[in-house]
Amino acid sequence: MSDAKVPAWVNIALIPFLNILLAFIVSGLVILAIGENPIEAAGYLVYGAFGYDEGIGYTLYYATNLIFTGLAVSVAFKGGLFNIGGEGQAYIGGLGVGLVCLALDHTMPLYVIAPLAIIGAAVFGAAWAYIPAYLQARRGSHIVITTIMFNFIASSLMVYLIVNWLKEDGRMAPNSRTFEENAWLPYLHELLSPLGIDIGDSPLNMAFLVALVCCVFVWGLIWHTRWGYQLRTLGTNPTAARYAGIDTAKVTIWAMLISGGLAGFVGINEIMGVNHNLLLNFTAGYGFAGIAVSLMGRNHPIGIVLAAILFGALYQGGAELAFEIPTITPEIVVVIQGLVILFSGALEHMFKDRIEGFFIRRAVA
Amino acid sequence: MFETLILMLDATMRVSTPLIFAALAGLYSERAGIVDIGLEGKILGSAFAAAAGAAIFGSAWIGLCFGIMASVSLAMVHGFACITHRGDHIVSGVAINTIVAGLTVTLSMDWFGMGGQTPTLSGDARFLSITLPFADALADVPVIGLIYSELLSGHNILVYLAFAMVPMTFWVIYKTRFGLRLRAVGENPHAVDTAGISVAFIRYRALIVCGILCGLAGAYLSTAHNAGFLKDMSAGKGYMALAALIFGKWRPVPVLFACLLFGFLDAVAVRMQGVVLPGIGEVPVQAIEVLPYVLTVLLLAGFIGKAVGPKAVGRPYVKERA
Repeated sequence: MSDAKVPAWVNIALIPFLNILLAFIVSGLVILAIGENPIEAAGYLVYGAFGYDEGIGYTLYYATNLIFTGLAVSVAFKGGLFNIGGEGQAYIGGLGVGLVCLALDHTMPLYVIAPLAIIGAAVFGAAWAYIPAYLQARRGSHIVITTIMFNFIASSLMVYLIVNWLKEDGRMAPNSRTFEENAWLPYLHELLSPLGIDIGDSPLNMAFLVALVCCVFVWGLIWHTRWGYQLRTLGTNPTAARYAGIDTAKVTIWAMLISGGLAGFVGINEIMGVNHNLLLNFTAGYGFAGIAVSLMGRNHPIGIVLAAILFGALYQGGAELAFEIPTITPEIVVVIQGLVILFSGALEHMFKDRIEGFFIRRAVA
Repeated sequence: MFETLILMLDATMRVSTPLIFAALAGLYSERAGIVDIGLEGKILGSAFAAAAGAAIFGSAWIGLCFGIMASVSLAMVHGFACITHRGDHIVSGVAINTIVAGLTVTLSMDWFGMGGQTPTLSGDARFLSITLPFADALADVPVIGLIYSELLSGHNILVYLAFAMVPMTFWVIYKTRFGLRLRAVGENPHAVDTAGISVAFIRYRALIVCGILCGLAGAYLSTAHNAGFLKDMSAGKGYMALAALIFGKWRPVPVLFACLLFGFLDAVAVRMQGVVLPGIGEVPVQAIEVLPYVLTVLLLAGFIGKAVGPKAVGRPYVKERA
């Protein structure tokens, strides 16, 4: 079955659209099953996500995290590696951010702290991905299993560090002291208000711009560098890559380092941008949601931005929905996420083969 | 000292039970060549269905049936994606875990409206502990009394069932025709296909067994170990079972010991809370909790023995075209 005969728009648009549509239809059935009207629910959802300035801000704030984790999953995936450890890498990346902020916020201005925090996030996230990557590349252990294990190890490590070392003295709550304001990333509404632009108060901050830069970086890296070519070769055909003289172990390790670093950036948005202290469980499943984002975005930065905004809208709209219809919990978003992963990931062949077959037959006829 | 040890082993048995069920479930699935990251989701789904069933019908047995049905349905979704449509096993497993995590909360809010819980179960709606014969009479006999009446007696039926499943699994996997074919499908599906046996059918049957066992694990959590369903109550047990499966190198008896080891570490972690050891100081609970995962990583890296799984695991089977 050659791809050449299938029009490009089928693979880029039609198949993903059908997959998502099916995921939404099943979600609608779930809402129907709990006795609510899916159309009405969708209305609240769309209004909550896009209906007013603040809602849009929240949508983009959630999307920021998802762009990071979505890119993280996709870079690894381009090399045929399935990085399930985004959650742990994001968590440890946040630790890097928190440590930089806690160390420097009394003495340094923001323009020194911010770049260092970004580096901290990348280095810590990458370091956490390095061990599974090394074990996969050099010792043959399976990356999926090791990254899962590393999620749990990260979670225990963070509890230990925050409770025993970083907790504010004399407080019960397991979080660090609040950073001084010069270690807070500026909110976009603060940046834009001097220009006379009002976008409503929301947690949307500079990290969103970092996320967009990352998209461009990933796009350039994967499609316009020698290394990117090696990575894609490795992902498409590892045997061919080896025969072509590509050092597959090295490419594997670097792919995971970049993936982990990107996941680590969630810490920039959450720790430095919004919470302003180091706390437990701030990753809140974004690492796993990144899998859905990456699958839906077809592993392309543009697709990932669109998918991340869609999922961000689901998070924000889901909160609005839960507020308007109390029988529907925000967890409905998690269900939709799972269904998207199921239909656009695990069941991709269900439509793909048939539709491609249809177009090929038509092209031949 | 001896009594403490017995009490800890007693706790180990209780904590290990869901791990044993789930790890054996994974064993059937992976020996047939299907990677099952979705153990966690199946346990959680079953825990919810079992608690809901038990709460509504007032019977733990009916709850158990619901739990098993929920878990088997999820296993069939996994099979539909991985076997019928040659989907990625891991993506499908992640999807199932995600869907269940959201769905259990959504449904429990709708059905019971208690913030993602089910009502507290009591009486017949729970599996209660069974006192083995003569346990009370023997309780005062030194050593044996403690071992028999504390350690062996006084568990609920699912605990005994879990331990019984180990020799049972051994027999099925190594001594029956189904077991032979199951192992063959995980190692070399082409050979099985050539022999005229349906690869897909065997894999589906393996997943049904896997579903039943995960169903038992989930029902145990919500209707025996606890009295009701709590949000995210599986809390990583499925992943720990996966770790135990690898640690036991996909063989029933070593898997049992891996589960017991992990369960024991869990019991130790609870006991060690705030205990100061001479020369070491206070041992962080997290350090003990994390040991199963660290051990599994070390094993996978080949630092402590070798973990080699079934050869065809995770690969969709495509019939070669004639």
